[in-house]
Amino acid sequence: MNFDLSKKKLTDINKYLQNIDRKSNVRKFKIENPSGHHAICAGLKDDIDVTINGHTGYYCAGMNQKASVTVNGNVGTGVAENMMSGKVFVKGNASQSAGATGHGGNLVIEGDASSRCGISMKGINIIVKGSVGHMSAFMAQKGNLIIFGDADEDLGDSIYEAKIFVKGKVKSLGADCVEKKMDEKSINELKKIFKELNISENPKNFKRYGSARKLYNFKIDNAGAY
Amino acid sequence: MKKKGLKEFKTFPQSTINEIQRAAKEGIYQIRGLGAKRKVPDFDDLVFLGASMSRYPLEGYREKCKTSVVLGDRFAKKPLKLDIPITIAGMSFGALGANAKDALGRGASSMGTSTTTGDGGMTKEERGSSKYLVYQLLPSRYGMNPDDLRKADAIEVVVGQGAKPGGGGMLLGQKINKRVAGMRTLPEGIDQRSACRHPDWTGPDDLEIKIQELREITNWEKPIYIKVGAARSYYDTALAVKAGADVVVLDGMQGGTAATQDVFIEHVGIPTLGALRQAVDALKELNMYRKVQLIVSGGIRTGADVAKALAMGADAVSIGSAAMMALNCNADLYRKDYEKLGTEPGYCHHCHTGRCPVGVATQDPKLEKRLDPKEGGRQLKNYLTTLTLELQTLARANGKSDVRNLEPEDLVALTVEAAAMARVPLAGTNWIPGFKEKD
Repeated sequence: MNFDLSKKKLTDINKYLQNIDRKSNVRKFKIENPSGHHAICAGLKDDIDVTINGHTGYYCAGMNQKASVTVNGNVGTGVAENMMSGKVFVKGNASQSAGATGHGGNLVIEGDASSRCGISMKGINIIVKGSVGHMSAFMAQKGNLIIFGDADEDLGDSIYEAKIFVKGKVKSLGADCVEKKMDEKSINELKKIFKELNISENPKNFKRYGSARKLYNFKIDNAGAY
Repeated sequence: MKKKGLKEFKTFPQSTINEIQRAAKEGIYQIRGLGAKRKVPDFDDLVFLGASMSRYPLEGYREKCKTSVVLGDRFAKKPLKLDIPITIAGMSFGALGANAKDALGRGASSMGTSTTTGDGGMTKEERGSSKYLVYQLLPSRYGMNPDDLRKADAIEVVVGQGAKPGGGGMLLGQKINKRVAGMRTLPEGIDQRSACRHPDWTGPDDLEIKIQELREITNWEKPIYIKVGAARSYYDTALAVKAGADVVVLDGMQGGTAATQDVFIEHVGIPTLGALRQAVDALKELNMYRKVQLIVSGGIRTGADVAKALAMGADAVSIGSAAMMALNCNADLYRKDYEKLGTEPGYCHHCHTGRCPVGVATQDPKLEKRLDPKEGGRQLKNYLTTLTLELQTLARANGKSDVRNLEPEDLVALTVEAAAMARVPLAGTNWIPGFKEKD
């Protein structure tokens, strides 16, 4: 089924996609002329497949559950923010805060992601085929941020238990973020993610970063770390 | 005991000396709970004029005086219709125990009003016991999920709070037990310091888009509140309206917190009294007064406080610390446990320690048992009933058949400061400091 955002209201399209008739067998949808609209495909909650042909604004596929959303274009701030499950594929570049606070699912960005990619992530897997901007994985709690390109400064600042994998260069690490051994468990974890997403890449090409856990409890001796 | 004839340093009273010496010993700022302890101009500095020759009162016990209020009918399809204009403020599960959250829900529901989640997500107990539940969207987004968003009766985007405008939440490790840690996706026992800014928007233009997203996810049904700490209240209110709020929640500096730096509590933000006037000004200038509702909080204790807030232009008030006190916070019980904390009833602000003697602000199972949710709910109901009766008493005395008909003209101030902040005349004069009638 096709929707044209130049002819139909965003709210009507979102409402339709959020309330799929389970009796119907239609599971694939296309949205044409997104023209940078915000909150396209926000709040989807069913196992459906949506392709958006063009660029989107803020919060595309926000709080997604179960759905697979593909954007044939660039996305604005907060793509797949607070995603719970499902998959979001961005064929272009992503603006700030991609995958912010996401609890689950997979976000795959073919291009670059701007600053604060994966901020406060809580279990999501974010794969960026290009590079990420500064302060990515800031306060990241859980999940995996996998970067094929480079990472700008202060990567993983104040990170909790999330894992960061970088194939390229890291300009600088943020407070309490350190390089860790690329152990067997992490290699297998990446293999599993790549397999699920049909990505052919050798996990051994990545370096792993995570929390030194020195700032988990406030000690005055660490005040200068911030 | 002070010896006769000794003169205390006004600049360095004993409490200040104690703090200097504590800082010299420990090398870290003081963290504590609840709100400002300093004296600031407040609702006690205002009095009602009551009825006189020019206006007649309503019968105090017989004539009806309406207390209901509708919140969030600007854009939301399903605004909240509350029986009383007194709501329960956001307090997190984590800061408070599950029994306390349950009790707040029970008390509020029995009075037909709302309660609010906090920086830790929505618990089943709280949703179950709350007829109307406001779900907070905070910078941390702990426990945030779209299912709970849809279960909520309203959504409150928290920009700041009165105890610490510009600061994020704080929950020390001793309160991060397995359940709290699980809900927040954090390791157990860490000192959790929440973000102070939202992760995916920065200014009011972004917030407008964020609100659009929240409305799209919830089918434009839920009222969207924006909560701000009292600071630049005129501009903050105007920007909240611009961003598309249905309701603005304004939290003055007397508002409480579960834990933050004492220096933050005492030295950042402005008193509720001054902030309220500025917020009402903004709404009136934008022609949004009563169209976007205003909830005010921070130091509301009595029905008189509620009545004065409404007279100054609020649509409703919100109570946090006082609701905790209705559940026995600072009650003269379990004295030995207060002593272990180095305090006593009436002075306790040790919410941050998790060792709450009365079982309200704790995750310790033994301490939590000291608060029975049913009994706590009943106490909160009694307290809210008292506030409502006091509010109606004052409204009738001023000749009002609806508590929201109370108006600034019903008030005068007892101090020059309060007159200037509330912009009502000093009692017995026509003088409002700093205000000139427009030609």
